[in-house]
Amino acid sequence: MKTDRLIAPGLVILILVFWEGITHLLEIPVFILPPPTRIFAAAIHKAPLILPHAATTLSEIVLGIVLALATAIPLAIAMFAKPELEKALAPFLVASQAIPVFAIAPLLVVWMGYGIASKVFMAWIIIFFPITISLLAGFKSCDPEFRVMFRLMGASFYDRLTLLYWPWALPQFFAGLRVGVTVATIGAVIGEWVGAQQGLGYLMIQSNARLQTDLVFAAILWLAAMGLGMWVLVGLLEKKFVQWK
Amino acid sequence: MLQVSGATKFYNRQPIFSDLDLVVDPGQFKVLVGPSGCGKSTLFDGLTGVMALDKGMISWKNKKVAHLGRHAAYMQQKDLLLPWFSLLDNALLPARTGRQDMARMQLAAQKLFVRLGLNGYESHYPHEVSGGMRQRCALVRTLMFNRDLILLDEPLSALDAITRRSLQSLLLLLQTEFKKTILMITHDIEEALLLADEICLLSPQPMTIKERFVLNQPKPRHFSNPALVKIKAYMLEQLEKDLTCENR
Repeated sequence: MKTDRLIAPGLVILILVFWEGITHLLEIPVFILPPPTRIFAAAIHKAPLILPHAATTLSEIVLGIVLALATAIPLAIAMFAKPELEKALAPFLVASQAIPVFAIAPLLVVWMGYGIASKVFMAWIIIFFPITISLLAGFKSCDPEFRVMFRLMGASFYDRLTLLYWPWALPQFFAGLRVGVTVATIGAVIGEWVGAQQGLGYLMIQSNARLQTDLVFAAILWLAAMGLGMWVLVGLLEKKFVQWK
Repeated sequence: MLQVSGATKFYNRQPIFSDLDLVVDPGQFKVLVGPSGCGKSTLFDGLTGVMALDKGMISWKNKKVAHLGRHAAYMQQKDLLLPWFSLLDNALLPARTGRQDMARMQLAAQKLFVRLGLNGYESHYPHEVSGGMRQRCALVRTLMFNRDLILLDEPLSALDAITRRSLQSLLLLLQTEFKKTILMITHDIEEALLLADEICLLSPQPMTIKERFVLNQPKPRHFSNPALVKIKAYMLEQLEKDLTCENR
């Protein structure tokens, strides 16, 4: 049990040590592959430069998530309440997933400009699908015997939704949200790569062009930390709202 | 009170039951006894409106109805307690969805918790209590439906023998104390003999009422009653006959 827990951090340390050693041993130029110590140093020393960019990216992601929740939840409920609606919309939802978001990123910048709107939109369309689908699947997974019981009670749709289906679907909803928050980062960064004035993606492109590779890695490190932070936050929310599991 | 006539249901063109007649009088404890898988639960599905009967008429208090969805409370083998609600909140569900006066209903539910031996467990969650406790809570919830007729579909068959005995006496309370009319399905002959005013012995495929037994013995009853022992032996014999027919 104790050794199990040590495997993951041990592996990370092993990789970092190997990385550090090989850059010094082979004298790899810093602009090709900086050693981890240098990346950590850059991430901390250049924080005043990185932080505003990180804040921009984070706000894009959070706005994207909020927008996705505000649209995915009502849509999932509507599709659950009216199966005809699900039948009508399902092909479009699946088709929307067949289009790679990266392909339309340049268009979004043309349409919505260099500001955060195009990135929020990118994040939104990426997260929207997993949340809708997982929530709908959660509603549908409800045991038919419970449905019968609620029907015999003469419960209204609102009551069935709030007392039965919503709590029933919560674990699956959180599973979808978990996937959503991690991939939302991808959406925001790609949007910034294509065209932006702020954000970690923008910083990476700029630093890459100037061969400031340590700064590129530092930006990636911050991005990873943000993604991990949101993952943990969703996990905490799940623990709070799904205590019975 | 409840009258079912000519009830028929097909499955893959095979009749599960056909032309079934059933009458339940007010205040009666009626028990249908039959082997597992003979279509008892399908009959209840038809009565509660989970699925429509192919033929037949249901009348409730001398009025024709499509099903008993609004007139009966239903309790099953599974307790169907929602894991995210406490026992008390689970019991209060019918009151909540029925838009009833919650303060009054809460008091009523608490009284029932005391009466059915759940005192002190109001704020426990279903996963924290035993199967017997959970089924008691399901029983409180069934009473909170506040309906005259209670349908019981093998409500105790998931419980161990000892827990089952104590819950059988609670089922009897439904009739004696809460003045409910009860229609129960079971495959437990002893359970039927302890509780019923009338037992309908069912035969399988298609399900028909083979024989009726009216039991006038006062309740609570005991197995040692020679009359009951005799009926039990006879019913077992009949059920075994059906099984050997089936195997042939």
